[in-house]
Amino acid sequence: MSEHHVNWLPRRTLLSGRAWTAWLVCLLCVCLLAPVLNLWVPAGSPLHMSDYAVALMGKIMCYAICALALDLIWGYTGILSLGHGLFFALGGYMMGMYLMRQIGRDGQYQSDLPDFMVFLDWKQLPWHWTFSDSFVATLLLVVLVPGLLAGVFGYFAFRSRIKGVYFSIITQAMTFAAMLLFFRNETGFGGNNGFTDFKRILGLPIATPGMRMVLFVLTGVTLLGFFLLARGLVNSKYGRVLQAIRDAESRVMFSGYSPLPYKLSIWVISAVMCAVAGALYVPQVGIINPGEMSPANSIEMAVWAAVGGRATLVGPIVGAFLVNGAKSWLTVVAPEFWLYCLGALFIAVTLFLPQGVVGLLKSRQRKGDPS
Amino acid sequence: MNMMKHWIRAWVLFAGCSGLLSAHALTPQLAMEMAVGESDSRIQAIGKALEAPDANTAALLQAMADETAKVFADAVWVVDQGQARNATTGETRALPDDAQDIMLNNRMRSEIDAALAALKLFSPDAQQRIVAAQAMLKEPDAARKPMLEKALASESQAEVQAWLKSALAAVNLSDAVAATRMAAVKVLAQSARPDVLLLLNQQLTAEQDPAVQSVLKAAIRQVQDGLKWGERLGVLFTGVSLGSILMLVALGLAITYGLMGVINMAHGELMMIGAYATYLVQVLFRQYLPSGFDYYLIAAIPVSFLVSAMVGAALERSVLKYLYGRPLETLLATWGISLMLMQAVRSLFGAQNVGVENPSWMSGSWVVMSNLQLPWNRIIIVAFSLAVLAAVALMIGRTRLGLFVRGVTQNRPMASCMGVNTARIDTYAFALGSGIAGLAGCALSQIGNVGPDLGQSYIVDSFMVVVLGGVGQLAGTVYAALGLGLLNKVLEGWAGAVLAKIAVLVFIIVFIQKRPQGIFAMKGRSAEA
Repeated sequence: MSEHHVNWLPRRTLLSGRAWTAWLVCLLCVCLLAPVLNLWVPAGSPLHMSDYAVALMGKIMCYAICALALDLIWGYTGILSLGHGLFFALGGYMMGMYLMRQIGRDGQYQSDLPDFMVFLDWKQLPWHWTFSDSFVATLLLVVLVPGLLAGVFGYFAFRSRIKGVYFSIITQAMTFAAMLLFFRNETGFGGNNGFTDFKRILGLPIATPGMRMVLFVLTGVTLLGFFLLARGLVNSKYGRVLQAIRDAESRVMFSGYSPLPYKLSIWVISAVMCAVAGALYVPQVGIINPGEMSPANSIEMAVWAAVGGRATLVGPIVGAFLVNGAKSWLTVVAPEFWLYCLGALFIAVTLFLPQGVVGLLKSRQRKGDPS
Repeated sequence: MNMMKHWIRAWVLFAGCSGLLSAHALTPQLAMEMAVGESDSRIQAIGKALEAPDANTAALLQAMADETAKVFADAVWVVDQGQARNATTGETRALPDDAQDIMLNNRMRSEIDAALAALKLFSPDAQQRIVAAQAMLKEPDAARKPMLEKALASESQAEVQAWLKSALAAVNLSDAVAATRMAAVKVLAQSARPDVLLLLNQQLTAEQDPAVQSVLKAAIRQVQDGLKWGERLGVLFTGVSLGSILMLVALGLAITYGLMGVINMAHGELMMIGAYATYLVQVLFRQYLPSGFDYYLIAAIPVSFLVSAMVGAALERSVLKYLYGRPLETLLATWGISLMLMQAVRSLFGAQNVGVENPSWMSGSWVVMSNLQLPWNRIIIVAFSLAVLAAVALMIGRTRLGLFVRGVTQNRPMASCMGVNTARIDTYAFALGSGIAGLAGCALSQIGNVGPDLGQSYIVDSFMVVVLGGVGQLAGTVYAALGLGLLNKVLEGWAGAVLAKIAVLVFIIVFIQKRPQGIFAMKGRSAEA
C-alpha cells in the first residue's frame, strides 16, 4: 500500500483541555439540553426539538457509533470491512428477540409466541430463543453473539493472512450469506418481515416521548463513551502497533510482533461496538429485518468514515451526521437525486478528499498555524 | 375464415383413416345427446362417439370447442358464415333466429379438449399420434380404452405402437382384473418417464392385491433407475449452464481485477448496461425491421459490447486512472459509480423491469430424454460463453494488445521503458473488460429479468469466482466458475437454493483459508505485490 500517514507523537492525556471542554458540552447537550428542549419546551416555541428530530438524531448517533467502529478497523488498522452491517444487524436482532417477547399476549394472535411463529404454525420457541425473555441475558447476547462470530471469522481470516481487498470481499460475502439465511422463515427470525410492532421494553411502553428520550440519551452517552474508549485505544501502545500494522505489516512482523492478536482484538472490539449500536437502534426505529444485512448498508458505513476522515476519531462521527443528515433531507426533497448524490460522494471523497472533511480542516489549520 | 380452417383441420385429421371408420357414423341422436342435457350424460355420449369416431365427430367436437355449434329443429348444426350445416347429415340451412347456443361448463370444455386430443390418435402424422398417445399416458381414462385398442390395431409404425401400448397399459393399470393390472405394470416398467413413475406410485397406494403390489414396487424401482441418469445429467447441465454464466460474468472481472488489479464494483452495472443495450436494439428492430426481428440478437452482441466498453473507457479516463494502486479507494469509488449508473437507468427506463424477448430460434427446448429437456437459450449461452472465452484467450495470448496488457501487468515501469503507452493500455484493457461485461449482460437478458438491479445479483458471485480462481489467471476463472456452478446446483438438489448458496459462500471462505491466493496462485516475484 502506497499510502503514508503522518503519525504525530501520542499525547500523554486522553484529550487536550479544549477537547475535554467540547466533549463535556456534547455530553450536556445530549443529557440535558435535548430532553429539556424536547419534553419541557412547548411545541409551538422555536426552541422546541420535535419528536422527529429526536428520532432522527438518535438514529444517526447509532450510525455514528458504526462509523467510529469502522474507523478503528479501517482508519487505524487498514482493514476495510464490508460486513459490519452484519454485526449491527445481529445486535439489533438480539435486542429484537427480547422486544418480541415483551409483546407478550398483545400480538394479533394473542399467543405467548411471537406472531410470525403462530403464523408459521410453530408450537414452541426454537432453541435460540431460550434466553430472549431476560433483559440481562439479552444485553450479554448483544455483545457475545456478534463478538463470537467476529472472533471466529477474524481468527481464520487473519491467521491465513487474508488482507486488503480479499478481506473486504470476503466480509461482503459473509454478510450476504447471512442475509440470505435470515430471509428464510425456517431460520426463526421472522423471515423477510423481521421483527416489528414492539410494545414494551422492561415492561414499560416503548412508544412514549419519555422512553424515546431515554433511548436517545442512552445512545448519546454510549457514543461519547465509545469515543473516549477509541481515543484511549489508539493513543495507547496497542494503538501504535495497530497503526504500524496498517502502514507496513511485514515490518511489524520483522520487528517481532505477531499481528494476529492485535488485528483480531481490534476486529472484535469494532464488531461489538457495531452490535451495541444495532441494539440501541432497534428500539428507536421499531423494526429490524434482514435488509439491514445487505452489502449496500455495510459499504455505506465505509463512506461515512471516509467522508468525515479516516484515522481521525471525530471524522467518522461528523461524516455519519453529514451523510445521513443529507440523506434524510434529500430523500424528502428530491428522492431520485439521493443515489446520484451518494454515488458522487463516494467518487468525490476518494478522488479529492482522501483525508475527509476533518482531515481537510486539520491540514488547513496546520497551514495557517505552522507551530 | 377461421371456421374454414377448423373444417380443414377436422377433415385432414381423418384423411388417413376415414375409410376404415366410416362403418360407424355419428348418429343424429348421439349428436343431440352430446349437445344437450346433463353434463354426465353428455360426457358419456362423447365417450360413445369416440368409440367409433368419424370426420363428423371431429368436426362437431371442434365446433363445440369453438362455440360455433347450435341446436335447432331437434338437431345439432355447425354454423359457418351464417349457414348452418347439420352435424350428421350434412344438410345446409339458413341459421334461424331461435337457434340455441350449446352450453359448456369447464368440465365439458376440458372433456371436449381431451376428446379432440384423443382424436389425434388417428392423425396421418406419426408425430401427432405419438403426442396424442403421450397425452393419454399422462392422464389415463378408462373411457378411451376402445379408442386406443382401435388405434393400436391399425397402427403400423413400431414407435407409435410402443407409445400406444404404454398408454393402453396406463389405462389397464386401474383395471378390475388383477392379471390385467399385472401385465400393465410390466409394460409400464419398461418406460422411464416421470409421469409413469407418478402413475405407478398412485396405483401402489390404491392397490389391494399383494402380488400386484410386489410387481408394482419392482416396476417403480426399475423406472426410478431408468430416470436416474436423466436427473443426473439434468443437474449436470444446469450446473454447467450456471457455471457458463458465472464464467461470462467473471471473465470481464478477470481482466479488470485479475490482470489490472482494479476492484470494479460497477462491473454488474456494466452488465446491466449491456442488457439494456440489447433491449434497445430489440425495440429498434421491432420498430424499423420487424421482418428481421429474429436476428436482433446477432446485432445486439456487438452493440452491447461497444456500449459497455465505451462507458468503461469513460470511467477509466475520468475516475479510475487516478486511483491505481489504492484498491480500497477504488472499491468505494466504483461502488459510487454503480449507484449512479443504476439510478441513471432508473431515470431513463423506469424502475420496472423491461421485457426482452427470446428470438424464436432460442425458445423451446431440446428433449434428450423423457425427463431431460435442455432449453435452447441455455445451450446457446453455454456455447456463447465458450466462444467469448476463446476470443479473450486469443486476444490476451496472441495479439499485440494482449502482449502489452500482459507486459503492463507484470512490470509496469519496464513496459513503459520499452515504449508501451501504459496509460492507454490501461484504458484499452479496462474497456475490454467492460465490453465483456456488456456481452454477459446481453446473454443474461435472454434468461432473466432486465432491470436496474440486474448487476447487483451477480456481483458477489462473480467476485467469488475471481477470488477462488486466483488473481491474474484466466484458466483459474474458468475452473472456478464451472466448479462453483456445479457445486451450487448439486447442493441445491438436496439442500434448497438458499442453503446451497450459503454453503458455497462458506466453502469459499474456508477454501481461501487454505489457499489465500486462489486455486492457481501466482508464483514468483509478482506474488506478493
